[in-house]
Amino acid sequence: MEYWLPVIWFGVIGFGVLMYVLLDGFVLGLGILAPFAEDEDQLDHMMNTAAPIWDGNETWLVLGGAGLLAAFPKAYALVLSALYLPVLLMLIALVFRGVAFEFRFKARRAKSAWGVAFSLGSLLCAFAQGVILGAIMEGMPLQGGKYVGGIFDWFSPFSMLTGAAVVFGYALLGSTWLILKTEGRMQLIARTLARPLVLVVAVFIGLVSAWLPFLDSRIMARWFEGGNFYWLFPVPLLVVANAWALWRSVMREGRDGHPFVYALLFFVLGFAGLVLGIWPNIVPGLTIWDAASPPSSQGFVLVGLVVLLPAILGYTYWSYRVFSGKIAADVGYH
Amino acid sequence: MDALLLSRIQFGFVISFHILFPAFTIGLASWLAFVEWRWLRTRDTLWRDLYFFWTKVFAVSFGMGVVSGIVMSFQFGTNWAVLSEQAGNILGPLLSYEVLTAFFLEATFLGVMLFGWSRVDEKMHFLATCMVALGTLISTFWIISANSWMQTPTGYTIVDGVFEPADWWAIVFNPSFPYRLAHMVLAAFITTCFVIGGVGASYLLRGVHVEAGKRMLRAAVIFAAITVPMQVFVGDLHGLNVREHQPIKVAAMEAHWESGEAGEGVPLILFAVPNEKAERNDYEVAIPKLGSVILTHTLDGDIQPLKSVPASERPPVKPVFYAFRVMVGLGMAMLALVLVSLLLLWRKRLYQSRAVLWGWRVLTMSGFVAILAGWYVVEIGRQPYVIYGLLRTADAVSPIAAASVMTSLIVFALVYFTVFGAGFRYIVKLIRKGPHPHEPPPRAGLGDKTPARPLSVPDESSETGA
Repeated sequence: MEYWLPVIWFGVIGFGVLMYVLLDGFVLGLGILAPFAEDEDQLDHMMNTAAPIWDGNETWLVLGGAGLLAAFPKAYALVLSALYLPVLLMLIALVFRGVAFEFRFKARRAKSAWGVAFSLGSLLCAFAQGVILGAIMEGMPLQGGKYVGGIFDWFSPFSMLTGAAVVFGYALLGSTWLILKTEGRMQLIARTLARPLVLVVAVFIGLVSAWLPFLDSRIMARWFEGGNFYWLFPVPLLVVANAWALWRSVMREGRDGHPFVYALLFFVLGFAGLVLGIWPNIVPGLTIWDAASPPSSQGFVLVGLVVLLPAILGYTYWSYRVFSGKIAADVGYH
Repeated sequence: MDALLLSRIQFGFVISFHILFPAFTIGLASWLAFVEWRWLRTRDTLWRDLYFFWTKVFAVSFGMGVVSGIVMSFQFGTNWAVLSEQAGNILGPLLSYEVLTAFFLEATFLGVMLFGWSRVDEKMHFLATCMVALGTLISTFWIISANSWMQTPTGYTIVDGVFEPADWWAIVFNPSFPYRLAHMVLAAFITTCFVIGGVGASYLLRGVHVEAGKRMLRAAVIFAAITVPMQVFVGDLHGLNVREHQPIKVAAMEAHWESGEAGEGVPLILFAVPNEKAERNDYEVAIPKLGSVILTHTLDGDIQPLKSVPASERPPVKPVFYAFRVMVGLGMAMLALVLVSLLLLWRKRLYQSRAVLWGWRVLTMSGFVAILAGWYVVEIGRQPYVIYGLLRTADAVSPIAAASVMTSLIVFALVYFTVFGAGFRYIVKLIRKGPHPHEPPPRAGLGDKTPARPLSVPDESSETGA
């Protein structure tokens, strides 16, 4: 148990973060694409596609935070205090993004201002998440498991690259979500945006992947030693194949769900690559066993997780079913 | 200022803002479940109008609670890294259970509750409302458990300076937990009662939405007549429990510096200015022995005085003493108003009594003030410890630069006043506008073409015609 519990929890937290990235990713993507809405009505329309579900999507982030505190308290304390400023930026951005969903429809004079809050909040939140990701991958100065760096150590070319990559990645998710959920003019705008985004995101994936092995010699070793290469090289091939399928599906009428599914798959593959790179550390220099809470803590939550996670996934699926189908622009609200 | 003081100010600031929203939405969610149940049972459209009206208010408050809550869930790591490292083994699982049992439930069913009116059938919609209400209560259970454990820690062992769970049952149901939970849930219900009653009373005073106003005020009086006396009883039990486990906190609440002669008992101090340098009270007005009656239920019982421990073990006396008086004073005012209102309701003169209607209007927000005051008693009263008797607040702070915390504190202050100030204004506007009949129109037959309606359930912005 001493060995396996942290491994299971690494998987659980990975799953929670992935769910967050996929689900809130497309909602944040809507905000990043908000400047391309032609008027306030179109922005209403974009936001309406996510209004009933954004809150549940964001909850995966809270699960990630609470789960990290429960299962790897040392990593939670280390990462959040070392990345104090990017985390602050993310939280503030989430405040603006979240309240904009409600305030925009309550306001009249300030309506466009809350639209800007939605857009900028989403953009900065995505960027901050990318920076946090990059800083974690890059590692931080530790002594005996404690952070010994300064308040700006996270600022580096690599973390800026990952920050930008996440912004464009989320925008891609958002555009394909719009292809799925809208019709007519709105859908056309989404299709037009999605194509260049596929290219840009593919380039970012290439850049990050090429840079990654130079951050840490162990990542290089994982890829090129002991026959791993033959076992792992289908992953980049899958990414390329997936990018091609996504590119083609974006303009194909009639199968509006496909681009979104391919975009999700894009993220799953990229995420798998990163997790493979960081394993078995949770932060470079701190293994999952070093950071783990005792079995009495990890086991206690795991019991609840086994029972509750299927229920959560079940009613989340149900709520997506309730709100399935195209969201029309002209019916109802204004 | 150092990172410790700044972190304490920041935590106090962000949690003070945060607590206002859950405190309101816990009660409001149950109220909405009640209102929707009345609508389904009676088919009286006024109930449905009330449901949609309070749903709008709920949506704004809940949204603000969500975003300020996310900030909370990361504060422990950003500013209290040592606390997270040393007590994460215990606090982390409790918070994780809160997310798993409550947050997902609330967030998912909230979507159906706000936008699913025409997409699911009536029973399913009512179920969604009930699930949201249930979620708010389950969430209270876990967060109060975590807070109570830090006040009265049990069921742990300490290994290399780190808390490890030994008995989860003892951790979750720690000695102060049942009292604190009952006290908080009742406080949330009462807060909501006074908002609903206060809004109803102000409609009656203005002569608008009269039927809705009467119905809200009547419900508020009846619910408050149940919950306020219960709160007095529970508060007393909670006080006895604090005296047992955190005697110095009670001494600070009462500004009780030293004990008198045997048999003298503890006076009830009505007013005083605690003087922490001289370790005595200035300008004290007190009733002899009444303190003993309240705190020990005897005429001459004593409580442990402040001077029995060194100053380094005492909480700041002034804020605890004053906050406690604000809370109890408001509680007494609420009790008096509720009793008078109940009597008038009985005699069918409630809606005509302008004095009582004014009383409700004045006390509309009193629950929020009382809750904040109560939490200041709890949290300042446990100082200098963050985990009572075991981990000092000064030792729990993150090793971060004061400049970082100063930056974040300023940013939080600016953002919270702007954002939550705007949210408060929108709520006030919604309330001023009041419930509108037959809103929204029935949407049967629209099927899948019905748009997901934005969080604001009304069909126009609240500023039009306000």
